[in-house]
Amino acid sequence: MSNTPPVTLDLALQHGLTEEEYQQILDILGRTPTFAELGVFSVMWSEHCSYKNSIAELKKLPRSGTRTLKEAGEENAGLVDIGQGLAVAFKIESHNHPCAVEPYQGAATGVGGIMRDIFTCGARPIASLDSLHFGPLETPRNRFLMDGVVRGIGDYGNCLGIPTIAGEVVFHNGYSSNPIINCMALGLVKKDRIASAIAEGKDNPVYIFGSRTGRDGIHGATFASEEISEESESKRSSVQVGDPFCEKLLMEATLELVKADVLIGIQDMGAAGITCSCSEMAAHGKAGIEVDLDKVPLREKGMNAYEILLSESQERMLAVVKKGKEKEAEAILERWELLYSRMGKVTDDGLMTVYHQGEKVCEIPPYHLALGGGTPVYHRDSKRPAQLDEINAVDLDPYRQERNWSVALLEMMSSPNICDKSWVTEQYDSTVRTNTMIGPGGDAALLRVKETDMALAMTTDCNPRFVFLNPRRGAILAVAEAARNVSCTGATPIAITNCLNFGNPYKPESFYFFKEAVAGMGEACRMFDTPVTGGNVSFYNESEETSILPTPVIGMVGLLDDIKKAVRSPFQNAGDAIVLLGETMADLGGSEYLHHLHQVIAGDAPEIDLALEHRTQICLREAIQREWISSAHDCADGGLAVALAECCILNRNNPLGAAVSLSNSILQTTDILFSESPSRIVLSVSQDEVGDVLALAASMQVPAEKIGEVGGDRIRIGSWIDIDLHSLSNSYYQALPNFFKGVQSSE
Amino acid sequence: MRFGIVVFPGSNCDHDCYWGLKHDLAYEVNFLWHRQKDLVGSDCIILPGGFAHGDYLRAGAIARFSPIMEEVVKHAHNGKPVIGICNGFQVLTEIGLLPGALLKNNTLSFIHKPVTLRIEHRDSLFTRSYKTNAVIELPIAHGQGRYYASDEVIAELQSENRILFRYSSPKGELSSAWNPNGSLLDIAGICNAAGNIMGMMPHPERRMNQQLGGVDGRAIFQGVAQAFA
Repeated sequence: MSNTPPVTLDLALQHGLTEEEYQQILDILGRTPTFAELGVFSVMWSEHCSYKNSIAELKKLPRSGTRTLKEAGEENAGLVDIGQGLAVAFKIESHNHPCAVEPYQGAATGVGGIMRDIFTCGARPIASLDSLHFGPLETPRNRFLMDGVVRGIGDYGNCLGIPTIAGEVVFHNGYSSNPIINCMALGLVKKDRIASAIAEGKDNPVYIFGSRTGRDGIHGATFASEEISEESESKRSSVQVGDPFCEKLLMEATLELVKADVLIGIQDMGAAGITCSCSEMAAHGKAGIEVDLDKVPLREKGMNAYEILLSESQERMLAVVKKGKEKEAEAILERWELLYSRMGKVTDDGLMTVYHQGEKVCEIPPYHLALGGGTPVYHRDSKRPAQLDEINAVDLDPYRQERNWSVALLEMMSSPNICDKSWVTEQYDSTVRTNTMIGPGGDAALLRVKETDMALAMTTDCNPRFVFLNPRRGAILAVAEAARNVSCTGATPIAITNCLNFGNPYKPESFYFFKEAVAGMGEACRMFDTPVTGGNVSFYNESEETSILPTPVIGMVGLLDDIKKAVRSPFQNAGDAIVLLGETMADLGGSEYLHHLHQVIAGDAPEIDLALEHRTQICLREAIQREWISSAHDCADGGLAVALAECCILNRNNPLGAAVSLSNSILQTTDILFSESPSRIVLSVSQDEVGDVLALAASMQVPAEKIGEVGGDRIRIGSWIDIDLHSLSNSYYQALPNFFKGVQSSE
Repeated sequence: MRFGIVVFPGSNCDHDCYWGLKHDLAYEVNFLWHRQKDLVGSDCIILPGGFAHGDYLRAGAIARFSPIMEEVVKHAHNGKPVIGICNGFQVLTEIGLLPGALLKNNTLSFIHKPVTLRIEHRDSLFTRSYKTNAVIELPIAHGQGRYYASDEVIAELQSENRILFRYSSPKGELSSAWNPNGSLLDIAGICNAAGNIMGMMPHPERRMNQQLGGVDGRAIFQGVAQAFA
């Protein structure tokens, strides 16, 4: 290979490898790596591809359950059996860093990447969800980021024709320079038609198809462009550009290839492009793979092997076609007007061999590159930050003074963390594919599964304030809330995917949050029997000025056997009784009340009794099953007062008031109204069935109480709150548009 | 009676139309790949929503060059029904089967939400099955849905009663507050002079089943089907 620098330890260090890792590479190869090989190792052993600092902790999570078909890490997405010959593939991934640089393309390619993970399994994507975290909207830069991210997600998903049905938008200072953008997708597949990311069977041909390969997203791009390439214009932004139309063609062609049974295996190209897909497929099949980079359709001239191997150009796939089925496969690709090239074949020598311009530029045993194989695994140190004790011990009583509670509730309803998010969700098509029964704004989204009586519930959840105060408990609370949201539709939680957004793992005080959160998540998932079927870790979410709140986002999927039993969040009928499941405690720590009205995150996260939480959810689902429940809404952010208010006005066209009296005499008013104790659900129930619901709850040792009645055009809570629904709706629905109103003229 | 749904590579409401017509209304229906030149006996052609060829240039601008469109134009000129929904409406204006154009929404954003529509009259193939003065609810999902045409065209549409659907309040009142995208005269759907070609931005195929929020979209297809009964 000409024009490439000599490979030295120094060069390896510049690639982000450690001295020990470089020595390991020398041992594996028995020689000095070529420049291209060094690039391959550096990217495959990066945190992003190898999970080297997280995998030891992740392995402690429950990864299989009765419904699991493919466990975490086995395929591109976890696969879970939903019965009737069907399975769902789903996964969540972060695109935080690209979005911080270029929000529109960063978010768009985030959606594109997660969609490919789903259809690579042979599953047709039917839903998209997003968990978005930004800094405060008072700052123009944060509005710019949010506007770009939302447009990017919308334009990509809308063009692809996949409904964006749920998600969350969370605001906190810590996300200002580092937004957290997590995209989740779910697809449906017949169990006998699941595709695998595998290369096996000597001489089966290897194809690349989709977009041309360019210089975008090359790992160490600065280095490569300044010292290696002779091309003067080779400096490229490290953020890739998405082409949703090409993705649509890729999706249709892939599903058709799978259906036609012409494939051995298929893999999308995400991080580390050709390198990653070739090595992972070969490692998976315990085979070898031989590819010729001269066959790769390129976007620009003069690209060297290093660049072609590491390019992260979007919308590309690698397929191993069954020998003899080439014509059939090519016909499908031509029908969808996709560029394709036969670039190599499967071998039986156990090596990934790469040729470029007649030279062998790479010869590595793929086992040492693929996750779950011989990649490095590190156990990082963890240390509880000293200031956490102080923060946990803060006396919250000064925040409990009496005040005008109606005004407080109105302010809470307009908090960006609580208010209506239609400004965001109306930019997404949430009803295409005609499955959406409950879209954005519900506790969880609910999609019918055509040709069955089943429906799928989906949600993303995380309260990062709780995780910051108490990572273990915070993660438990996140899983519990996700499960509660799913249960509020009547569905039973079946599995989760997670996106773990944390700081620098090499800082013990930062790694502490990660380790503790994973432990908590495992504990909660075992209780709910919801294995973790996959996900993504994003470390290094910090800058010199700010650090994000630790944010382990839970994407949960639930199954409702009988679609007719589905329940929604808003009150449905005047005259219904309002019943509260669960008990309110003095849990003001980490609450939105403190955050929004006092700009404070302090105290400890609420205590949770997992067994009680589980019983409460079972009780709710049983009551829904018996058709006693008119509406069910999780009581979380903002506490009981906010939950009740939301039940009144969530049905925007038909709001219904409520008159509530609370008997709790021990607690102070602030706690009664705004405490965020877990395991609580606001139900509305026809008066005839209140007795049944209370008896069922009692039989299951679930606290339950009738607290009021639906009706009228005001919300009244005890002697504290009395607001007309019009004012309530104004606060709730106008808050977000107000932030963006006039932005175009003022900037 | 057979509906034929044209499938461009970037169509994404094709399956929605197919499913609703077949399973909710029990009509015969088949897909028509954009490169074929045979309408396989379809009585009514549907150009579905989506992004026919990615539409990076201008919505529907390239779709009119697809081979099947020659046949669709012939079908239309023979007086047989053609329905364009969302992207399909955009394609119909690009190819000249309907007048005017669909511009970027005045909000400059993609908008997806349920809107209420006033049925202007029942004197058309596509509205005959609605009740007099009906107001229906259908979702919109578009970035370029602001109907625009010259003053002459608008005058013609009005005098010939060719405006079929207008954005309105749930009571049928017209005002800018109920117009989601800035369309001239709150226009959501129109037909040609002969009355056999209709284009609309809202999605009737998404409201064919009570589980999905209502059945207000059904009557459009029922009206066409009854003409063939």
